Amino acid sequence: MAVTLDPKVPPGPIDEKWENHKFSVRLVNPNNKRRFDIIVVGTGLAGASAAATLGGLGYNVKAFTFHDSPRRAHSISAQGGINAAKNYHGDGDSVHRLFYDTVKGGDYRSREANVYRLAEVANNIIDQCTAQGVPFAREYGGLLDNRSFGGAQVSRTFYARGQTGQQLLLGAYQALAEQIGKGTCTLYNRTELVDIVNVDGRAAGIVVRDLLTGEIRSHSAHAVVLATGGYSNVFFLSTNAMACNVTAIWRAHRRGALFANPAYTQIHPTCIPSSDEFQSKLTLMSESLRNDGRIWVPERAGDDRSPDQIPESERDYFLERKYPAFGNLVPRDVASRNAKAMIDAGKGVGPLHNGVYLDFTSSIERLGEQTVRERYGNLFDMYARITGEDPYRVPMRIYPAPHYTMGGLWVDYNLETTVPGLYAIGEANFSDHGANRLGASALMQGLADGYFVLPYTIGDGLAPLLGTKPVDTGHEAFARAEQEARDRYAGYLAIGGTRSVDWFHRELGKIMWDHCGMERSRPGLEKAISEIPALYAEFKADLKVLGDDRSLNQSLERAGRVDDFFQLGLLMCEDALQREESCGGHFRVEHQTEEGEAQRDDDEFAFVGAWEHTGEMRSAVLHKEPLVFENVKLTQRSYK
Amino acid sequence: MTVTDPDPREATAARTDPGRTLDVTLKVWRQAGPDAEGHFATYEAPGISEDMSFLEMLDVVNERLADEGVEPISFDHDCREGICGTCSLMINGQAHGPERGTATCQLHMRTFSDGDTIVIEPFRATAFPIIKDLMVDRAAFDRIVEAGGYITVAAGSAPDANLIPVPKVVADAAMDAAACIACGACVAACPNSAANLFTAAKAAHLNLLPQGQSQRYQRTETMVDTMEDFFGSCTNHGECEAACPKEISIDFIATMNKDYLRAKLKNRRYLSRNG
Repeated sequence: MAVTLDPKVPPGPIDEKWENHKFSVRLVNPNNKRRFDIIVVGTGLAGASAAATLGGLGYNVKAFTFHDSPRRAHSISAQGGINAAKNYHGDGDSVHRLFYDTVKGGDYRSREANVYRLAEVANNIIDQCTAQGVPFAREYGGLLDNRSFGGAQVSRTFYARGQTGQQLLLGAYQALAEQIGKGTCTLYNRTELVDIVNVDGRAAGIVVRDLLTGEIRSHSAHAVVLATGGYSNVFFLSTNAMACNVTAIWRAHRRGALFANPAYTQIHPTCIPSSDEFQSKLTLMSESLRNDGRIWVPERAGDDRSPDQIPESERDYFLERKYPAFGNLVPRDVASRNAKAMIDAGKGVGPLHNGVYLDFTSSIERLGEQTVRERYGNLFDMYARITGEDPYRVPMRIYPAPHYTMGGLWVDYNLETTVPGLYAIGEANFSDHGANRLGASALMQGLADGYFVLPYTIGDGLAPLLGTKPVDTGHEAFARAEQEARDRYAGYLAIGGTRSVDWFHRELGKIMWDHCGMERSRPGLEKAISEIPALYAEFKADLKVLGDDRSLNQSLERAGRVDDFFQLGLLMCEDALQREESCGGHFRVEHQTEEGEAQRDDDEFAFVGAWEHTGEMRSAVLHKEPLVFENVKLTQRSYK
Repeated sequence: MTVTDPDPREATAARTDPGRTLDVTLKVWRQAGPDAEGHFATYEAPGISEDMSFLEMLDVVNERLADEGVEPISFDHDCREGICGTCSLMINGQAHGPERGTATCQLHMRTFSDGDTIVIEPFRATAFPIIKDLMVDRAAFDRIVEAGGYITVAAGSAPDANLIPVPKVVADAAMDAAACIACGACVAACPNSAANLFTAAKAAHLNLLPQGQSQRYQRTETMVDTMEDFFGSCTNHGECEAACPKEISIDFIATMNKDYLRAKLKNRRYLSRNG
C-alpha cells in the first residue's frame, strides 16, 4: 500500500487557519444531510458529542457502545476539570497562551495547527456545556469559578466538584438521548466493534458483535467515526475502566489506518498502590493532592517501621531535595520516575513495599484539619474506603499508574485517518497532546473534536458522495470480515487450554510495565520484543475460555481484547525503541540530561511516528510526518 | 502528629503488614439466560484478602471456578471507582451491600467477617429483566432520559457562559441531584420498584437551573409519563434514599411531584389556548 501522510494543514497565519478552513471546506446542504449515514463507535465525551451534533445537523447516525448505556463510558471517571482560555479571572490568559502551554506541555511533539484550533474552540465548549445544564462550580456572585492545574500559571480550569468528567459526559449523553428520542440517532448498546470493512479503498462500514447473543452483524455507512478511547489497559493495571480496550483502533490499523506514536503513554503519579496480586485496577487520586502533601520514603532501604516511628532525620523528602524550586509540584512524569527510583532502591513503603508516602501532617499542622478536609475531603474519604487507613492520621501511600495514552490513530487536520471515510476523535487519535498531556486537557479535546471540529470537517468528505448509497452489507467484503470474526471467536473457545484470559493479560501487563512503562531502555525493549511473541504464541495455544459464543460470555469478550493488546504491545515497544530520545511520557534511560531529565533530540526526532501494519506480529513500517514549529520556541524543560 | 509526640488519637498505626484473610461462603444467583430458570449456587471462597474490593473477590472466585471447569459468574462492572454506575448486586438483601453511600465496586471485604455467608443476587424489578446471572437490563432508564432529560442546545448556538449567572446555592443543589449514577439501586431497594428517585434527580438537576426553565414543564411531564410506563408507583417508603450510593435526597421527589402537577395544569392551559 502506498502511504502518503498529508496532514492537510490549511495555509495562512495560525490564528486564521481554522476560520479559513471552515470557509473553504465543502458543505452538505441541510436538506441533503438526511441522505447520509454516519456510524459513530463509542459514546464517551468525543463519541456522544459527535453523534448528538451530527444527529442534530440532520445526518442519520448509528451510535455504538459496548456498555449497557452511553452514559457508562470511561470519560465519566475524569475528576479534575476542563481547560478553556476564557480569562474570566483576568490573569492574562488567552487562546495563544493555552495553545503555547499545550504544545510545551506535550514536549514539542504535537502538530501546531491542531493544538491552536483546540485552544480556539475550548471557549465554545464551556458555553455549550453551560447551556446544556452542566453544573459547573460557581462563585458567590453566580459566575463560573476556575482553579489552577499542573503545567499552567493561570486559572483556566472549569470544574464540577471532583466529578467534571461525569457531568460533561452526562451533558453529551443527554444531547445524544434527545437525538435518539427524535429518531435521528439509532443506538446499538452492548454491541462491540470487531472489524472495519473497506471497499474500493474507502471505509464502508463495520462488523460488530452483539454481546448478549454473540451474533456477528455488519453495518454500512458513508463514513465511520471511531471514538473508542485509549489503550492504557495494555499494562493490565491502569486507572482505566475494566472494559477499555484498543480493539476498534487496532482493527482499523490492521485494515490500513496508520497508528501514530503508540509509545506515548502517560503515567500518573498519585494512584493508590495495589494491595495484592488480584488487584484489578488502580484508583487515581487527583494530583491536586501534591499541592499540600509532602512525598517521602525512609532513608534506609528495608526500613519497615511505622511512619510515625521514623524520625524526621531518617526520612528522604526526595522531590524537595532534588528539585528545590518545584519540590513536590514537579510535572507528572518527573514525580513518577523519582518514586519508581526510590522503590527500585528498596525504599518502598506499605505491606508490599510498592508505594511512597504522601504526608499531610505538616499541612494539617499549618492549616488545621478543617481546611484540609474542605480541600480534599472527598479524596481522603475515597482513600480511606479503599485502604482502610485514615489519611488524616497516617500518611497516604501512592504509586504511579498508567493513565492516558497520547498515541492513537494518525489523523489529518480533518481528523480523517489514512483510510478515506474513517475518522478518529478523542483519545483514539494522536493529534493534540504530543508526548505528554496536560491536566484538564483530555475533556477539552474530546468535546472539541465531537462538538466543534468533526461536524464541520466530515462534511468535506461526504459532499462528493451525494447521491451514492452506502455499500450493501451483502457485499463480499462484509461477508468475508464477518466470517473472519466468527472464526476468531470460535477459535478462542476451541483452544481448550489451561490458562485464563486474565492470566495472559496480567503477564503481558508485567512485560509492558517493566520494559515499556515509566522508563525504557534498548536492552529492556529488545527483551520485551522477544518475550511478547512467545507469550502470544502461548496465548494462542493454551488459552482457556469456557461457555459458548451464542450467548453473553464475558471471558470471550476479554479474549478478543487481550489478543489485540498483545499485537499493540509489540508495536509500542518497536516505537519506543526507534525513538532514540526522551520526550514527555517517553523516557529512554540512554537519553537524559545530567540532572536526569528527559533529553529531546529535535534534529532527529521532531516527527510523528506513524506505523503501517504489515501482518500479525510482524514488524510494522514507520512513516514520518515532520513537525514544524513556527509559532513556539523549542526549549528544554528544567524544574530545579 | 509529630514524631516525638505521637497523637494519642492515632490508634491505627500505618500498615506495614498484609491484612488478614477471610474464609467466606457465597450463595450466588445463577441464571443461564433471560428465559432460563435461575437458582442459588453455593461456592466456598477461602483465603480472601480483606483489602480486596467485593468485585475483586468475585474475580478471584471466577478464576477458581474456571479452573474447575465451571463457567464464571457474569456480573456488570466497569470503572470500579463508584462513578460509572455499571455495577449493581443485591448483597445480603441490600442494594450495593451494607456500607452506606457506597457502590458495590467500592465495597471492600474488610466490611465482612471470617466465616460469613454472603448472599448475592441481581437487582430485581420487572423493569430490569435479568440478562444472565447477576446482570440486568436497565435500558428503561435511558428511555426516561430520552423522553425529556435534556436541555436542547444546538452545538454552536450557546451564549457566553457567564451571561447566565446561577446563584451558588442553586448550582450546588443542581449538582447534588446531577450526581446520580443511574445504577438502579433506588429501584431495586423500593418495594414497588419505583424509579421516582432516579427520575426526580434528573428532573431536578435541569429544572433547578435557569437554563432548564424553557422546557421545565414539558420535560417533567414526558419523563414522569415514560417512567410510569416501566416502573411502579412511589409510596414514600424512602428505601431509595437509603440505598443510593450517591446519597441523593428524597426531597427531589417532592419537587418533581410539584412540577408534574404544575405541568399538568400549565400544559393543559397551553393546549386550550392553542386550540
